[in-house]
Amino acid sequence: MYDIPLFLPAGDTALVVEFGDAISPEVNRKVRSLSDALELRSVTGVFDFLPTYRSVLVYYDPLEITAAELQDGIEGLLQDADEISIASRRVVHIPTLYGGKMGVDIGFVAQHAGIDEQEVVRIHSGTDYLVYMMGFSPGFAYLGGLDERLATPRLESPRTEIPAGAVGIAESQTGVYPMVSPGGWQLIGRTPLKLFDSQREPPVLLNAGDYVRFTPIEAQADYDAILRQVEAGEYRITEEALP
Amino acid sequence: MTRPAESKPTLEVVQSGMLSTIQDRGRYGYQRFGMPTAGAVDAFALRAANALLGNEVGAAGIEATVLGPRLKALANTRLAITGADVALLLDGEPFPMWRAVSVKEGSTLEFGQPREGMRAYLAVAGGIDVPLVMGSRATYMKAGIGGLAGRQLRAGDIINAFDAGANGGNAHLRFPDEAIPKYGSEQEVRVVLGPQHAAFTQAGIDTFLNSTYSVSIYSDRMGYRLEGEPIEHADGPDVISDGTPLGAIQVPGNGQPIILLADRGTTGGYTKIATVISTDISRVAQAMPGHRFRFRAVSVEAAQEAYRSQEALLNRVRRSASPAARIAVVMDSKVFDILDAGGEPIALPSKDNATADMPTLRGKTSIGNVAFEFEINIRRLN
Repeated sequence: MYDIPLFLPAGDTALVVEFGDAISPEVNRKVRSLSDALELRSVTGVFDFLPTYRSVLVYYDPLEITAAELQDGIEGLLQDADEISIASRRVVHIPTLYGGKMGVDIGFVAQHAGIDEQEVVRIHSGTDYLVYMMGFSPGFAYLGGLDERLATPRLESPRTEIPAGAVGIAESQTGVYPMVSPGGWQLIGRTPLKLFDSQREPPVLLNAGDYVRFTPIEAQADYDAILRQVEAGEYRITEEALP
Repeated sequence: MTRPAESKPTLEVVQSGMLSTIQDRGRYGYQRFGMPTAGAVDAFALRAANALLGNEVGAAGIEATVLGPRLKALANTRLAITGADVALLLDGEPFPMWRAVSVKEGSTLEFGQPREGMRAYLAVAGGIDVPLVMGSRATYMKAGIGGLAGRQLRAGDIINAFDAGANGGNAHLRFPDEAIPKYGSEQEVRVVLGPQHAAFTQAGIDTFLNSTYSVSIYSDRMGYRLEGEPIEHADGPDVISDGTPLGAIQVPGNGQPIILLADRGTTGGYTKIATVISTDISRVAQAMPGHRFRFRAVSVEAAQEAYRSQEALLNRVRRSASPAARIAVVMDSKVFDILDAGGEPIALPSKDNATADMPTLRGKTSIGNVAFEFEINIRRLN
């Protein structure tokens, strides 16, 4: 972590506020503090912002505020950031049906780790993963905390179509595909939840700073029942507040 | 201006063209959820078209890529078309670009191949009415949202426009000639270095600023891939994934730069050597495969100065377009517009604050060979 954040110009309408050069919960906590502060106390001229692993990209309108004024404003926010009440953190449960046709690569992941499939499920669902950032595509969460035993290389040849809700592993990352897309992740399961739904408010399920817990679904019938509730707009996600 | 809630069917898509989508300035405020902004790739051209019709700053129009659509007017309206220099025909007659034009119900407008530029923009008086999704009408096809059902236009689509008001404004307003961009095959593109130019060697930065890069065929709404002298990294091409601003120039391991545009992912893991300044995004957006760029580094302040003068230009055009905001003098039941030195009507900021800052106009005239000065003081009557 840097002693003082770096302010890096990103063209004439954006500024990067960078707190460090590492993926770590400490650096990411600084990122979240600034992001929360920007959300709670709107800064003149700021029209969008994007927290990532170790920096916040702040978009501003130079008709309303200069780069120097923006930097002053952000430094002010950072001074108070620790006191600004951070939105309560939560663990969001993602019910997941592991293996079978929902997770066709679970056998490969198990073999690669030298364990059996049940053990893959036990390890994968036994960790709370920090959402370091949202990005890449709508609703995609960059999760940290995958057990190293489950780290598995990507497919040599990516699949052309992976369904929304697919839960996968790529190297030391794990994640959920929010929408149908091509991809090379090893698929170990699927959730009936929609991580992205443009018709829902808010359209994405997860936020940076949340924790995610994958909770195993026992049977296809249970998966189908949750899916029906999700599609009827009646499903309520299970979440726990973090102390 | 308050937006009239009513809209009506105004255009029918007879032929879709190659890739025509409904776009606005982009979907801001949701990037932290991973939502790309989308929006017009050449936002300046779309905004110029809207300004010519006096539309709201954020109004939606049609972005027509390369070969545009064939459209039929379902109502009397006004249109303005900007951006790529395309041959346009209205009922077989040439149709001018960069100006407001009245179009009659039943007329057919046909786009030809561009002579210069990649993307033409069509604005409709009042602005296009499609549902707002996360605060924007921009089509983002990958997620299937915005525009018409999240997809490109196709034959049979009906496009609604908001009611533009009774008289339809200044029907012949032209964009100032000197402000109409030229999209030549060689462009200087100004950049602000960073946010990660420190990840490159000095030789790499010199290569970037002193070489010519050509646009590859792998260029689309997401970004423009360029080909030229490889740019040398100091310590590898990867960074911890972070935000990708509009115009960011990322350089992957092969040293070939990629300029990120409207449909870019919100985050990325390649080093970003520089960022194209907002006024020059338009030059990138209109470049065709094979066209060449040279990059010139400018300060943030210089870039913002360019941005401010572009905004001022768009505001001037938009004000001139608004009929109620024009200043006219009635004498002996005849209406005289007051024109500026360029022959454009002088306008007040908007009809909504027509009571504020009423100017006193000072003029000169001559009667015979005697020169006179006069003042017009504008006072509210009712």
